[in-house]
Amino acid sequence: MIELKDVTKVFNSGRPNEFAALRGITMSIEPLKVTAIEGPSGSGKTSLLSIVGCMSRPTSGRVWLDGREITSLPERFLTGIRRKTFGFVFQQFHLIKGITAIENVMLASYPTGESRPGIRKRALDILGMLGIREKAESKSQWLSGGEAQRVAIARALVNDPEILIADEPTAHLDTRLSEEFMQIFMRLKEDGRTIIISSHDPIVVNSGIVDSVRIIRDGVLA
Amino acid sequence: MFTGHRERNILEFTLSSLLRRRGKHLALVVIYTALVFLLASVMFFAGSIREEASIVLRSSPEIILQKMIAGRQDLVPMRYAEVAEKIRGVQRVSPRLWGYYYSPATKSNYTLMVPDNFSYGDGHIVIGNGIARVMSAAKGDRISLLSPEGDPLTFIIAEVMDSRSELISSDLMLVSEGDFRELFDMPEGYVTDLALSVKNEKELSTIARKLSELLPGTRPVLRDEILRTYDAVFNWRAGLMITLLGASVFAFAIFAWDRASGLSAEERREIGILKAVGWETSDIILMKFWEGAVISLSSFLMGMVFAYLHVYFTSGALFWPVLKGWSVLYPEFRLLPHVDLYSIFTLFFLTVVPYTLITIIPSWRTATMDPDEVMRA
Amino acid sequence: MRHKKAEVFLIATAVMATLLCLCLLHGRVQENLRADELAKRSRMVEELMLTDLALFMEARYTRHLSLADRHSAFQDHPMSLEHFPAGSLAGPPPHLTGVER
Ligand SMILES: Nc1ncnc2c1ncn2[C@@H]1O[C@H](COP(=O)(O)OP(=O)(O)O)[C@@H](O)[C@H]1O
Ligand SMILES: [Mg+2]
Repeated sequence: MIELKDVTKVFNSGRPNEFAALRGITMSIEPLKVTAIEGPSGSGKTSLLSIVGCMSRPTSGRVWLDGREITSLPERFLTGIRRKTFGFVFQQFHLIKGITAIENVMLASYPTGESRPGIRKRALDILGMLGIREKAESKSQWLSGGEAQRVAIARALVNDPEILIADEPTAHLDTRLSEEFMQIFMRLKEDGRTIIISSHDPIVVNSGIVDSVRIIRDGVLA
Repeated sequence: MFTGHRERNILEFTLSSLLRRRGKHLALVVIYTALVFLLASVMFFAGSIREEASIVLRSSPEIILQKMIAGRQDLVPMRYAEVAEKIRGVQRVSPRLWGYYYSPATKSNYTLMVPDNFSYGDGHIVIGNGIARVMSAAKGDRISLLSPEGDPLTFIIAEVMDSRSELISSDLMLVSEGDFRELFDMPEGYVTDLALSVKNEKELSTIARKLSELLPGTRPVLRDEILRTYDAVFNWRAGLMITLLGASVFAFAIFAWDRASGLSAEERREIGILKAVGWETSDIILMKFWEGAVISLSSFLMGMVFAYLHVYFTSGALFWPVLKGWSVLYPEFRLLPHVDLYSIFTLFFLTVVPYTLITIIPSWRTATMDPDEVMRA
Repeated sequence: MRHKKAEVFLIATAVMATLLCLCLLHGRVQENLRADELAKRSRMVEELMLTDLALFMEARYTRHLSLADRHSAFQDHPMSLEHFPAGSLAGPPPHLTGVER
């Protein structure tokens, strides 16, 4: 259960180009459900998801994760939460270039102190589950958009998080790939994960797996 | 460092990451290794020479008394020896007869000396191994030296000095006093300079002062000054050393600047990604530590080993052309290794540590930023 | 595939470090083994009353560095290019520069 109260995010505070991307967001996200955040480009979806995912701090307001207030936690705790609780699939995938797909997946587990063979086995299993096991040794920059996204999903899953966040996951995919993506997330939901997806793609928001849709516009929830 | 798998996992990642630009990093290691090699070679070589001098020259005469006339060293009348002998604390005064001989045939300078008691007698000569080499002469051969008038004086080589003493004797020629005076047409009653031995080292400066008082126009050179001269040889103040060190420091500064001037956008993005997927600031720092350490530690170790092999197994072959200079004669010596752990640690702290720090520091700020900020930037 | 690269690196580093230690050990051993050589040279210096190492033999003021006087060319240090390289490798004797004493 994630709760947000009066969350705002102001960029370039105090400067002429000051911009409030989020203005007083209050919402709660149900566990084990799929929540979609729908809104046009620039409405503040990414800003909201990165606050929920502990990647950035709100300018004001508070966030609770399972009843625990996380906005005031020191950076070190946030990192731990980020690693154990959240898996993040970025809109731009953000794979590291020049290294293989499997290493991109594995690197999320390196700081856990687990042994490499264990991490590797799990990463291969996940890639297999996503149907791109044979791409494991390909350099990440040679992957197609769909493959790159699956590697990004695999990386988000490698630490077995409770909550999976995907930022506009279908923005770079054609219809067929978008539908395949929804199937994958269907399975992940069935595995018992909380899923948060931002999108303005009808394939996502209208799909059967989404439990609730919240609409955001100009940094305010409708 | 290796309590868990975390360190090795991160090392593994760092190595993959470094191998992405293997050309660049290989070049870096090569340059860095060459730098350490050069510095360490100089350090080993100079260290050995200085150590050798400090031990061997401890047996030099305690005082050498020269006579100066109009800024030139002049022959010392034997009368001076009698004066010096009477000074309290002076144990013994030994006249030294020595000088330089230029050999037109080999175009090189030799040092001719008369030992205290030359057992081989007139007509015989003992030569240093370096001379034997340039003349391709051996024991039993005859050699001629020319007097100022151009008359040849023929000697039988009675002995070639041990090659292991070349560092002090390479260019020495030992002859009898009679031959020496005849060859150089040197008047009786005069010597080149005087060597004084002293009862108590503490009285050296008093004796030196008395010498200048009683024998104006003379200059005493103390053994301590001889030792200090060789302490300063090849030291960091010497011109070539400055140039060398300067160049290395300059090169290093370029590396450092390249590093410290900030991370590339790509590097910042990568740090942001790593933070976003759950790496802690300390994990990033550890990665950057490995990045610096992998390059600087391998370069340091390789440079040191190569330098050691160079100096002590090839006798510093790369330095020969530099050291030899204009001279035809150059001693061939196998340097006695002088392992000075202090200098090795100094070199370590001057190379590995700063490089590693310089790799870590610019990433520090980036590593402490919120990951989404890093990625957007 | 375990820590392939990390292992290669660590092993290579360990090998290099061992080599360096062996070098230093070699140095120590040689220092002891060849101590008599050094003693012989010391004896020679004493017997012949030598004052200098035969390092630079290109000119008299470089051959007998410690006896260089105030008027010898060798004091043009450190830019004494006419006596390069000896002039750049060895400074004038400290007792002539007045830096010490
Ligand atoms: N780091 C930033 N600095 C300044 N403005 C930003 C920054 N990040 C986002 N914005 C602005 O905030 C608004 C919301 O951005 P974002 O959350 O990315 O929207 P969405 O993901 O819905 O497209 C946009 O107008 C964007 O320009
Ligand atoms: Mg967005």
